[in-house]
Amino acid sequence: MSDVLERVKKIVVDNLDVDGDKVVESASFIDDLGADSLDLVELVMAFEEEFNIEIPDDVQESIRTVGDAVTHIKAHI
Amino acid sequence: MFDLTGRTALVTGASGGIGRAIAQALSEAGAKVALSGTRENVLEEVAGTLKGETAIVPCNLSDADSVDGLVGKTEEAIGPLDILVANAGITRDKLLMQMKDDDWNDVLSVNLGSYFRLTKSCVRGMMKRRHGRIIGITSIVGVTGNPGQSNYCASKAGMIGFTKSLAQEVASRGITANTIAPGFIESPMTDVLPEKQKEALLGQIPAGRLGQGSDIAAAAVYLASDQAAYVTGQTIHVNGGMAMI
Repeated sequence: MSDVLERVKKIVVDNLDVDGDKVVESASFIDDLGADSLDLVELVMAFEEEFNIEIPDDVQESIRTVGDAVTHIKAHI
Repeated sequence: MFDLTGRTALVTGASGGIGRAIAQALSEAGAKVALSGTRENVLEEVAGTLKGETAIVPCNLSDADSVDGLVGKTEEAIGPLDILVANAGITRDKLLMQMKDDDWNDVLSVNLGSYFRLTKSCVRGMMKRRHGRIIGITSIVGVTGNPGQSNYCASKAGMIGFTKSLAQEVASRGITANTIAPGFIESPMTDVLPEKQKEALLGQIPAGRLGQGSDIAAAAVYLASDQAAYVTGQTIHVNGGMAMI
């Protein structure tokens, strides 16, 4: 399962062009990793593709941190 | 001058005068063009005049499900979509005092609602590919107003505001969104105008002639091109000087 975190991490690093060390579970995409709202949409698209899941719009809004994403993905793969 | 080789385009309302001219010009510039509309036989005739690869993707724009599936059908036929030309539109002209709810709802839903749906369904792929061209065909009357067309003018003004917002949302991803506002364009509709009315109309047009579909198509080809990458959120008025905005 830790594999999910690693895969999420890689996507975040690639998409937001941030240092891997900063991508910890408690990191907020917007406040800590410099994402804007469009970046968030793209991240969700990338997660959906990587894990072959669908993340509904209302869930997308609740994904604020790396940990939120990992938790949601783990529950749905 | 503008090379669209390898690009793909979807043109709605491709059976009409302006849509046909746009499809032909995009094809001429090298794009693969998917033609959408309701009259399949006319679309086939238009397809026959195109040079390059083409596809016919019929769609009834008053049917939301049909609209939602259109981009998918297009991409199956010609590949990931680079250029959307939302050209389809209807009129239900009435003075406001006589306008029924249906006259209002039909026009807003086909002209503006389908623009929202189509754009939404192609922008995701465009974001991923970091390239896209959204081109909405609005109208001079969306800016100037016109008696008897409050529904149509509202839908066309709505397209302009929608496009400006979208342009700001996706500019950083290599996607541009613009509108073209045609003035009076020669069509079967203007052909049948009484001579006197035609003269009065021409009196309002400094260029002294009605526009041709090709006048609009040239603007579309430009906006679709790589050279227009820095043009976004704009409305290009093509109207022979009839309104200078």
